[in-house]
Amino acid sequence: MLEIKNLKASINNKQILKGLNILIKPGELHAIMGPNGSGKSTLANVLSGKEGYEVSGELKYQGKDLIKIPIDERAQKGIFLAFQYPTEIPGVNTNNFLKTSLNKIRKARGEKELDTLSFIKMIKEKSNELGMDEKMLSRQLNVGFSGGEKKKNEILQMKILNPNLAILDETDSGLDIDALKTVANGVNSTRNKDKSFLVITHYQRLLNYIKPDYVHVLTDGRIIKSGSMELAEQLEKSGYKGIN
Amino acid sequence: MSKHNIDKNKEYKYGFTTDIESIKAPRGLSENTIKFISEIKKEPRWMLEWRLKAYNRLKVSKEPDWQKPKFPKIDYQNLYYYSAPKSSKDKPKSLDEVDPKLIETYNKLGIPLNEQKKLSGVAVDAVFDSVSVATTYKDELTKKGIIFCPISEAIQKHPDLVKKYLGSVIPISDHYFATLNSAVFTDGSFVYIPPNTKCPMELSTYFRINASETGQFERTLIIADKGSYVSYLEGCTAPMRDENQLHAANVELIALDDAEIKYSTVQNWYPGDENGKGGIYNFVTKRGACRGKNSKISWTQVETGSAITWKYPSCILQGDNSVGEFYSIAITNNHQKADTGTKMIHLGKNTKSKIISKGISAGNADNTYRGLVDIGRKALNSRNYTQCDSLLMGNRCGAHTIPYIKNKNSSSTIEHEATTSKINEEQLFYCNQRGLNQEEAVSLIVNGFCKEVLQQLPMEFAVEAQKLVGISLEGSVG
Repeated sequence: MLEIKNLKASINNKQILKGLNILIKPGELHAIMGPNGSGKSTLANVLSGKEGYEVSGELKYQGKDLIKIPIDERAQKGIFLAFQYPTEIPGVNTNNFLKTSLNKIRKARGEKELDTLSFIKMIKEKSNELGMDEKMLSRQLNVGFSGGEKKKNEILQMKILNPNLAILDETDSGLDIDALKTVANGVNSTRNKDKSFLVITHYQRLLNYIKPDYVHVLTDGRIIKSGSMELAEQLEKSGYKGIN
Repeated sequence: MSKHNIDKNKEYKYGFTTDIESIKAPRGLSENTIKFISEIKKEPRWMLEWRLKAYNRLKVSKEPDWQKPKFPKIDYQNLYYYSAPKSSKDKPKSLDEVDPKLIETYNKLGIPLNEQKKLSGVAVDAVFDSVSVATTYKDELTKKGIIFCPISEAIQKHPDLVKKYLGSVIPISDHYFATLNSAVFTDGSFVYIPPNTKCPMELSTYFRINASETGQFERTLIIADKGSYVSYLEGCTAPMRDENQLHAANVELIALDDAEIKYSTVQNWYPGDENGKGGIYNFVTKRGACRGKNSKISWTQVETGSAITWKYPSCILQGDNSVGEFYSIAITNNHQKADTGTKMIHLGKNTKSKIISKGISAGNADNTYRGLVDIGRKALNSRNYTQCDSLLMGNRCGAHTIPYIKNKNSSSTIEHEATTSKINEEQLFYCNQRGLNQEEAVSLIVNGFCKEVLQQLPMEFAVEAQKLVGISLEGSVG
């Protein structure tokens, strides 16, 4: 699904990622853990194609080079980023935004665009699955949403857009235990043998609910250790400094 | 227009020219020109005298120069003040007699005039250069006693109404461009809604400048008699030309007791090319008088075109409890300039006004909101609420807010809020990550920014206006 080899990225002449290697196969869920400033969000940005970074190395998605492909096309090809800080867009209705986005992506996949009625049906179903109040979706996009609502809205979008590769950038931070479970349910309910996940987090907490196949420790722009769930548990006990 | 230019300006899809034979007044401004116009329109004597009075006034008045966008001096003697398709010299009695070339022109603009295809629920008066070429749904409106016709026709058929109200809101001595218009105005729409009548459909005038070196001086007069209601919309386009063309219109609205007028504009005159060459000078005087008690006038404008937009649709709130509203979106891109806003003059007691202005600048453009709220000594318990938001795209454009506020009694309140923001990288990233390209993202964000104003537009036009907002800003980011 995703092949990252010797990935380097810098912004404003400052190198953040210093040679990263990860291989994510279809159906796998990888967790990336790391201290503040280790390059976790940069990795999420670079994978989704955010402008402003100088990127070198190899980045292959479904066997094809990704580096020169713009953000919107990556999204249309099935890469989804659940944002750490979902931005507010005043005046834009959340439902309308979602529908526009979904239909862009469906069109790119060669599927028929959804009409309003089928869309509303879909929204209802998916938001119920997440235990969300669909009334929230008639509000302006992320405007006045609580931290938890914003994160849930990201997971709802993930469920609706149905990506091949979902990157979750600290989706768990700032969530209470109920919201955390909702987010985890959202992820677990979409896991299958074709879909891959890259879950970026500070804490092991989320990984109690979402069982990763692999755990990587990112420090100073490099993966310094990879392993299984046990690695996350070890981290929780001894901190990042205890890993060498 | 060279092919090269057309390619560069492909965003402006109304830039074509209709090749049609026209009759023009002699070049330049003189008593003879005015007599020519008056004669060709078969006007009564009093109308000619009114025009000449304005012309004499014009000779001693000066162009204002306090506006922010400056422009090279206009050579008024080098303009044509009247241009009309030859075929309409003997006014066509029905649509079947209208030159097919004109019908085709309006079809291209998305304004079908044929009886079979006409827009449902919208009556259209189509003004081409200096004449009205067709009005749809006339019979249906006549049954209700509603008059909707070219003003040139109203001067002949309804002289009492015209005499009573023309110039009663914008006096001929008002200011240079208003006076100029009074002297040489050619066509425009006239609307009269009888007492206690709700106009059953949207009324709409579609203005098209076609001829070169010609100014368009339209005059619109709308009277809503006691207890009546009308919603009116105007749209405007012009061919792409390298020269600047002057459009100096006067629009007067009069609302009597308990009457309401909703006036919407979607202005998409040719804005000039990306280097600022050509485009329309849109110097327009629009003013409404809430003359009766409990009357209401609401202006909504979406200004996306023109090289320079310079206008302040205003309300004079004379009647007690009358309400004035102004909702505006002004978008300037490339080298476009806008100095626009409103004046709310509170004279009656318990009068209310509301101003919502959204200015968007991109490229090298400059956008000024200028507005006056004046609450008079006798306008007790009056209120105004003003909100001015500016959105900047890129770092070469400008946004300015110049509010003038006068409150002459202590029982009234005025609120003013203003914000300036830049289009946000994070918002663009978010939209892109959800599969929208740059232009779709900009259009979505800007439409969100303008939402409060867009939702004031009649349904039929809101969708078009949303698209227009997106198109006007194409290529402005990234």
